[in-house]
Amino acid sequence: MTGVLNRSAILHIGVVILLFALQFVLPPYHHTNMARIMTLAVFAMGYNVAFGYTGLLSLGHALFFASGLYAAGLLIQMGGWSALPAFSMALIAGGGLALLVGVLALRTTGVAFMIVTLMFAQAGYLTVLYLGEWTRGDEGLVLPAASRTIGSLDLTNDTTRYFCALALFSIALLGCYLLARSSTGRVLIAMRENEERSRMLGYDPLRYRLTALVISAVMSAAAGAAYGVLFGYVGATFASIQYSIFPLLWVLLGGAGTVLGPFLGVLLMTYLVDLAGDVTSAHLLVVGIALVLTVLFAPRGLLGTVRARWLPWLP
Amino acid sequence: MSLLSTQKLSRSFGGLKAVDNVDFELESGQIHALIGPNGAGKTTFVSLLCGRLRPDSGKIRFGGQEITRLPAHERVALGIAYTFQITSIYANLSVFDNVALAAASAARRPNGNRDVRAATHDALERTGLRSRASETAGTLSYGHRRLVEIAMGLALKPKLLILDEPTQGLANSEISDFKNLAAGLKQTTTLLLIEHNMDVVMDLADSVTVLNFGQVLATGPRETIRSNPAVQSAYLGT
Repeated sequence: MTGVLNRSAILHIGVVILLFALQFVLPPYHHTNMARIMTLAVFAMGYNVAFGYTGLLSLGHALFFASGLYAAGLLIQMGGWSALPAFSMALIAGGGLALLVGVLALRTTGVAFMIVTLMFAQAGYLTVLYLGEWTRGDEGLVLPAASRTIGSLDLTNDTTRYFCALALFSIALLGCYLLARSSTGRVLIAMRENEERSRMLGYDPLRYRLTALVISAVMSAAAGAAYGVLFGYVGATFASIQYSIFPLLWVLLGGAGTVLGPFLGVLLMTYLVDLAGDVTSAHLLVVGIALVLTVLFAPRGLLGTVRARWLPWLP
Repeated sequence: MSLLSTQKLSRSFGGLKAVDNVDFELESGQIHALIGPNGAGKTTFVSLLCGRLRPDSGKIRFGGQEITRLPAHERVALGIAYTFQITSIYANLSVFDNVALAAASAARRPNGNRDVRAATHDALERTGLRSRASETAGTLSYGHRRLVEIAMGLALKPKLLILDEPTQGLANSEISDFKNLAAGLKQTTTLLLIEHNMDVVMDLADSVTVLNFGQVLATGPRETIRSNPAVQSAYLGT
């Protein structure tokens, strides 16, 4: 069994080391791209805790991403906070919001849960537009470069930004890895697989599903806040339905219920859109075809299929 | 000593009184069988006991505590375990993981066994599933899936284990294995058994309650029930 632990631990540490090393060789364009991919991968990993592990198909995670983005953005812009405390507040905002939404939305399951979360996210999006005086709606806010610092670290610097994104990504990856192997993680999977059975084994479904949703939302908010601080822009697009659908697609593509799947999903999707954009203006068509092919031939996503076929020890 | 009792317990579905004013006593350390024709309300009755359904009226007491309004997962924590009539296991997980989830639940109790792995192996050993621990539960034969269900019940280390038709669909050899297992369990836990197979009931049960149309038709030691004329005409058919 220790052999199993080593294999999967080595794989995940290896990915982090590879990303660390990449920063020295990547050309500037891909350098920024990777920083963005790692940040969004944290969002995807957060979504995966709810959807992949616990089976909560949310269509409203833009709400949690945007709550982090706006909490950090507005505190910096209007409150004059510095980046790190604003980031911490954003985590609390995301978690608190998830607690509230969860208590209401988790009374439902399946399709009803999808609709309720979608409605909450739309309400969040409309709130951002409604409060245009502060949020400047679709136009958004550009955070002043002077505020985007942590101590002496200048987050507008490409290298610093890359390392901050990598640090956040590594923490999230480690967190997911430990969660997937923990007893709580196993109960989350049990909830996904058979809720009634889990209840009759003495596990309170509401408690575990709420825990999963809050963890998921805190990670999403962390990604949102980091995105705002690292790239300096906070806009209503990030609260729109598009950003509720993206994490679902990333996770489906990479492999729901796998630790590395969400990152793989974001990586592939980003570069797929990029490459398709060079060839055709209908790049979303290419994404659509990729997803249809995934669902048809690898319904568990790429890593999910790899795990089922070849590497059963993947967490 | 009475481990569990109900007072005037009732539950209706629309106009149908599935459980109708049932007074019931379960003695500690016994195997108690619940019998009755199809639709007599047996599964509804035990669902009320374990909290899957809420009663319309009446009271349930367990170990001296009233549990009528307690949610199902808290009743499990008190020591009531239920195994489903229609097998309900984690089909995509391994046999070991299925049973480990039950053992981990038991481990959370104040005096629970913290060694989940050992408790899991123990439950697998007792149900004869040890050699299949790494197999995916959904790929097992019907009889083995029923055993996984029972192993999960055992791993919960319950004070009361409710088995809903455990021998349904089992081969004769499997039934005799089950009888040995159940007889051995009597040392540590009280069993409430819904059972259609009268051989199993008469071999195992210390006492029997007969339900008919949601009401208690008769209750008592198995010999008394066997010779009760009302029971014979309603159910035993001899």
